[in-house]
Amino acid sequence: MPKFVEEFERPEDARVLIRRIQELARVVGRDRVQFMEVCGTHTVAIFRYGIRDLIPGNIRLLSGPGCPVCVTPSQSIDEFIAISRMPGVIAAVFGDMMRVPGTDSSLEIEKAKGADVRIVYSSLDALKMARENPWKDVVFFAVGFETTAPTIAATLATAADSGIKNFYVLPANKLIPPAMAAVLETEGLALDGLICPGHVSAIIGSRAYEFIPAKYRIGAVVTGFQSTDILQSIYLLLRQIVDGSPRVETQYSRLVVPEGNLAALGVMDEVFEPCDSAWRGLGVIPSSGLKLRPQFAEFGVLQKFDLKSPESREAYGCLCGEILRGKKEPLDCPLFGKACTPESPVGACMVTTEGTCQAHYRYGVERT
Amino acid sequence: MCLAVPAKIVAMTGDTATVDMEGVRRNVSMMLLPDAKVGEYVIVHAGFAIGRLDEKEAEETLKMIRDVLGSG
Repeated sequence: MPKFVEEFERPEDARVLIRRIQELARVVGRDRVQFMEVCGTHTVAIFRYGIRDLIPGNIRLLSGPGCPVCVTPSQSIDEFIAISRMPGVIAAVFGDMMRVPGTDSSLEIEKAKGADVRIVYSSLDALKMARENPWKDVVFFAVGFETTAPTIAATLATAADSGIKNFYVLPANKLIPPAMAAVLETEGLALDGLICPGHVSAIIGSRAYEFIPAKYRIGAVVTGFQSTDILQSIYLLLRQIVDGSPRVETQYSRLVVPEGNLAALGVMDEVFEPCDSAWRGLGVIPSSGLKLRPQFAEFGVLQKFDLKSPESREAYGCLCGEILRGKKEPLDCPLFGKACTPESPVGACMVTTEGTCQAHYRYGVERT
Repeated sequence: MCLAVPAKIVAMTGDTATVDMEGVRRNVSMMLLPDAKVGEYVIVHAGFAIGRLDEKEAEETLKMIRDVLGSG
């Protein structure tokens, strides 16, 4: 798709943007300007393109909590592990959840011990498993932000319409704007702008970020995933600082519109409603998760099975929480690169390719 | 998981479409994008088309960088 991808990776455009960024950074004239990229895919893209080496030294990019795998708490993992151990259950899950550590185990370990855990690319694949295995219960681990939640809602709506009786979900979806608010409320964190997720925004629309300039007086730029996109967003955030006009801007205008995807929002609202939700490292954030509405309650696995999950706890010494808030960096963690590596991860930030710690580890960043 | 991928719709039947992603064909659900048409470009995530890519907007974005920022 050259016109949508390769055209946004041209070095000559990067050079123009870097020059403009350097001019604006000088005009801003501060020792330090901090932007946060919320989304894990942006964290990886920033490393892959070497963005930090291209921008002036007084601009610092912090990674935020936009990695759904990273923020799924041990308790949710423990619950799904308990479900996967039950006889007659097919436990269906997105691939990057397999190695996330729960309190004592992981889905990968459970699978090795004989649990019927299967990786799916889409919740529709899990529904298909339910159709094809009528004598089993298929339980899908509903993880992901607003990019994924509508796909799961559509799958549940289909299950309801088709009268499927052996398909269940463990609801664990979370919402990005409340987490952004929680990060912005973090004491001692000075942010000058937010690089907002591109694909979550395709669903929720750029209007969803209006609360950021309104309440916190900093800019929010909805950003694509190629080098030109990220550099242009940094340029736009700097220009807002120079103009003194923090606002929502959509850099990723080829995909994102102010109102978002109404069909997706509609089905999400039909099936789910907001609830308080526990985020690994950030604690409980009000109205930041999704639970099934009463008319879809029959699909909730916790209603069907009486789970006795043990005391859940996060790993001792793991700094994922503070890293997800942008307060600390991977190199600050005593476990980073020693007890905690991609091969044997302790915390969720190291498990997934979109986790801040794994990105730092793989790209070997050492910065002062 | 913002790992969504651009794709071109090459065929549609009901609420399923066949898309072309860099030469690879796969079926995706169009339940979240019911008004999309064959020939349009979409972003695909977890088996669903979730948004439409606008060529004109893409050109405008690049024009802004090349013609406006690039001059002077």
